[in-house]
Amino acid sequence: MDALIAPLLNGSAQGALLLLAALGLSLTFGQMGVINMAHGEFLMIGAFAAYLVQQVITASNLSIPVALPVAFVVAGLFGLLLEVTIIRWMYRRPLDTLLVTVGVGLILQQAALQIFPSQGVPVEKPGWLDGQLTVLGYGWPLRQLFTILLATVCVAALSAWLKYTPFGRRIRATVANRDLAETTGISTRGIDRLTFFVGSGLAGVAGVAASLIGGTNSQMGAQYIIPAFLVVAAGGIGQLKGTIVAAWAVGVALAFFAYWTTGSLAQVLAFILVIVFLQLRPQGLFTVRTRSLA
Amino acid sequence: MTKPRTTGLKPWFSLGGIAVFAVLLLAIAPLVLTDHWLNNLGKYCCWAIAAVGIGLAWGRGGMLAMGQGVFFALGAYAMAMHLTLETAGDRVPGFMVLYDPLAPLPVFWEPFRSAGFTLLAIVLLPVVVAGALGYALFKRRVKGAYFAILTQALAVALATLISSTIRETGGDTGLSDFKYFFGFVLNDPANRLMVYLIAAALLIVCLLAVWQLYRSRFGELLVATRDAEERVRFLGYDPANVKLVAFVVSALMASIGGAMFVPIVGIITPAEIGAAASILMIAGVALGGRASLFGPALGAMAVGWGQSSLGSTWPDGWTYLLGLLFVVVILFLPNGLSSLPAKLMRRARRSPAERPAPAIAPAQLEEVRS
Repeated sequence: MDALIAPLLNGSAQGALLLLAALGLSLTFGQMGVINMAHGEFLMIGAFAAYLVQQVITASNLSIPVALPVAFVVAGLFGLLLEVTIIRWMYRRPLDTLLVTVGVGLILQQAALQIFPSQGVPVEKPGWLDGQLTVLGYGWPLRQLFTILLATVCVAALSAWLKYTPFGRRIRATVANRDLAETTGISTRGIDRLTFFVGSGLAGVAGVAASLIGGTNSQMGAQYIIPAFLVVAAGGIGQLKGTIVAAWAVGVALAFFAYWTTGSLAQVLAFILVIVFLQLRPQGLFTVRTRSLA
Repeated sequence: MTKPRTTGLKPWFSLGGIAVFAVLLLAIAPLVLTDHWLNNLGKYCCWAIAAVGIGLAWGRGGMLAMGQGVFFALGAYAMAMHLTLETAGDRVPGFMVLYDPLAPLPVFWEPFRSAGFTLLAIVLLPVVVAGALGYALFKRRVKGAYFAILTQALAVALATLISSTIRETGGDTGLSDFKYFFGFVLNDPANRLMVYLIAAALLIVCLLAVWQLYRSRFGELLVATRDAEERVRFLGYDPANVKLVAFVVSALMASIGGAMFVPIVGIITPAEIGAAASILMIAGVALGGRASLFGPALGAMAVGWGQSSLGSTWPDGWTYLLGLLFVVVILFLPNGLSSLPAKLMRRARRSPAERPAPAIAPAQLEEVRS
């Protein structure tokens, strides 16, 4: 039983982390068709923000709840800066945007390497995350449960925001038909900036969660960006539910592969699984029906 | 925005350029450069060979192949396995018996004892892998950013796989300490010169190959596929096949570059083939000019030089420089340095005073065109 429960629970937590990393990516990619390869570095910024908050508020019980909104805003502002300075010039060149953001990612990584100690910084885990929850005989670390709860809250908040607020409505209008949205008086450029802020901010939140599970260093973003993108691709563009299912599936698959083989081989197998899956459903899990040829 | 132009210099003019380049690399460089720098130049040539392939796939075909490290690795590891076995002779290579003195040679190493098989593998492995991958992706119309990230994911996966199989592939330490190159002693300066000349000659051959491809019907079709894939489909061609050929050729070139990298540099590790290395290859192509004939090769040499000199003496600055290179070049000079002379010339010819006021604002023009 343990052989089934442990990878399932660990994998679900891993999937939740992937989901947090992929949410923002899915949002910006879905709306603007822009791949932000610096998204992983925004995640890193969120993690470092958590560390910096801890330097100010030393009680780790309190610092993590404070760090979440701080990381959201800090990473979001970095995203906004990137949008305003660079990405706005390149909406017609999606592939080039990808490369430019690779360059931005390199610069951010190097900057983090020089500002912070190169071996990374410790983010104290709050005491209330230390315990374990016994699930069918398996001691499940509480911080994994916390990751899942955090992801659930983020997804719920994001979908409610998209569904019920005027901003969300405008974003959905822009995704559905940019020209028509513009015609009805929506400033699609403003909406783009807003989306980029929120998407990058979500990466920051993901960074806080990642700092509680793994190490916080300048390389941490790079290891999330490709799995996160694969999740977005497998889930289907601009589809929140697809992203959720895909993230969970990839997380659990990773955990089971790692359980059966080794951690690195598991990554290889998961990558191959996603590539094979995209063979069967190139548009992802859930697709928006469209008559466009592309 | 402006797309890479394909109409460049007249084809025969380019052929002359290749000839000049050949004379520089094959005749003048060995006379002028010290052994150390000649070896470095050989290394840059290997990256340039891979870059020529990227130029074909990305610059002309619009396929941003961000995982050319995979094919670089296929060639490099095929060559490295052969050279390791050649050095080890009848015994099992040293690193394998490090952990287990009685370790047998892994089955997939066995055929690489044969020189013929190795050479065949360097050519056929990338063709088969890129063929299968390309067929699967292009027939399902996977393109754009998807293609880019999937290929990069493969490069990451392969590098991870090699890192983790330390007993079979040497892991992170890689394969090194080669003594012989198809029977020639690698320490001998004359033989090192020969290895350099082979790499440089292969670069020239690759340039000639893409020169011919660019001026052929296939080259036109490839550019057409890049710019308007649907129109090509409606004209009765299958864009998937066109892209497949370009991708396979570019993979083959990456593999050849990788194969020559091994005897010249003397070591191959997963770090030379992973995501960062693949990005580095793209950087050179972007800098030189993705769609031009010489741009990718020269750009890759420049970035290669930066990586191996600045990268070791001033690593922090080099990373910033590399990041800035991506941002600045792609933002302001999407066609790389090779488009700079034409751009400056155009600007010089029309001084601001006599430039006619545009009848339509550029933004509107953009709208109409798209």
